[in-house]
Amino acid sequence: MLLVYFSANSEYTHRFVAKLRHPAVRLPTLTKEPTLRVDEPFVLVTPTYGAGRNRGAVPKQVIKFLNVEENRRHLVGVIGAGNTNFGMDYCRAAFKVAAKCQVPLMYRVELLGTQEDVDAVNLGLDKLCASSLKTAM
Amino acid sequence: MRIGPPASCGLQAAGWARTHDFRLPRRQHVLTTNSTLGREKALENLTLASHVDAINWNRVVDPIDDEVWDRLTGNFWLPEKVPLSNDIQSWATLTDDEKTLTMRVFTGLTLLDTIQGTVGAISLIPDAVTPHEEAVLTNIAFMESVHAKSYSSIFSTLCSTKEIDEAFRWSRENKYLQSKADIILSYYRGDDPLKRKVASTLLESFLFYSGFYLPMYWSAHAKLTNTADLIRLIIRDEAVHGYYIGYKYQKGLESQPEERKQELKDYTMNLMFELYENEVAYTHDLYDPVGLSEDCKMFLHYNANKALMNLGYEAMFPKEVTKVNPAILAALSPGSDENHDFFSGSGSSYVIGKAENTEDDDWDF
Repeated sequence: MLLVYFSANSEYTHRFVAKLRHPAVRLPTLTKEPTLRVDEPFVLVTPTYGAGRNRGAVPKQVIKFLNVEENRRHLVGVIGAGNTNFGMDYCRAAFKVAAKCQVPLMYRVELLGTQEDVDAVNLGLDKLCASSLKTAM
Repeated sequence: MRIGPPASCGLQAAGWARTHDFRLPRRQHVLTTNSTLGREKALENLTLASHVDAINWNRVVDPIDDEVWDRLTGNFWLPEKVPLSNDIQSWATLTDDEKTLTMRVFTGLTLLDTIQGTVGAISLIPDAVTPHEEAVLTNIAFMESVHAKSYSSIFSTLCSTKEIDEAFRWSRENKYLQSKADIILSYYRGDDPLKRKVASTLLESFLFYSGFYLPMYWSAHAKLTNTADLIRLIIRDEAVHGYYIGYKYQKGLESQPEERKQELKDYTMNLMFELYENEVAYTHDLYDPVGLSEDCKMFLHYNANKALMNLGYEAMFPKEVTKVNPAILAALSPGSDENHDFFSGSGSSYVIGKAENTEDDDWDF
């Protein structure tokens, strides 16, 4: 299963995705760079940005990517990356994308993810590949 | 303030609840815990920059500095905004032992925040690689002082002066708490910038949690819920601090040769073990009387893993010992105990959330 992910320069999400055995493409770090075009089913992995008063929770680069209708059409589900210390805001971006695109929030992982997270997500993505896929509206 | 000889060997928690007492010999403790060193010696060791350029926020070298500044200032809060007095009735339902435990836990946390505000974050400033990093660190230092003061707001709302004084005396005399402070301070005084960052991240992301456990426990039992709201604000701040200092550590590590990287990794693991052993003893000392030590230790392991991840290392404790009580996890992050593991079920029963209005105004669809 293809993964599309955003990771800031801190590389947390990048390092989690790198531990998975599924192919992954990274969204551009800078918002001004052109976004990607994806023409096959994929799962989005996103951290939550800021989530304070000053900024929205969903990284701008993720919004830019999902604003492309053909990308959005291939979205199967979302995996959130975050930290429970942020309380109500833990994985808020993943919740938002899942609700907005009407796809399931499939898993939540903290920071770099543990071995258990890696195993669970690998297996889950395997199963997903084998099943018929329902993508975003 | 009078600068006098230290009353005890360790750093003291700042006693904001007793602002009338200006005889507390605090300042030189901050600079050195060695009672034979005087103020002059401390000043001799103080390094100030000889040249400073005006900070230009329109030329940000590392975007993380900018992001973290926004996040920290966006999160700004003061204890006066939290209606702590709503907890007075709840406080009255606690047994004497539970009250004593709670006050001790909070003086312990006060000490850590005092260290981080007056020594820890400040000690990182000379090592900063960008002027914006320096600015972020001043914000971190200030917020740590807000945290330290907020415990005194809790005390002055719920407890008598005599009880407060006794709790602060306990914090000066408890060997595990003092040992925790001594270990961290010794690394802050050392001459290795990267080791200072490791010590600082372990403090921010690990050492607080033997204390944070208790207000989350009370919150899970519908007690001291306003106090828990305040503590959650502190926990949120500490997460950003740990993330940021850990990130700067990893940036600093990038340019180091392999041998040095290995040395720092070994150092990190050794320091973690040293602090962990002390934390376990501290936890038993505090929580054995109420039978919560084992439950608290799960929380410690879970947070030790997260502290290591903040430094870029893999988790150390296996899942068997990181099974945090779901009620504690739910108190920390509402909803986090819910099963969002779509993969483990058939998926067919999974209910997709109703579309919500996002606050992000630039979604096109």
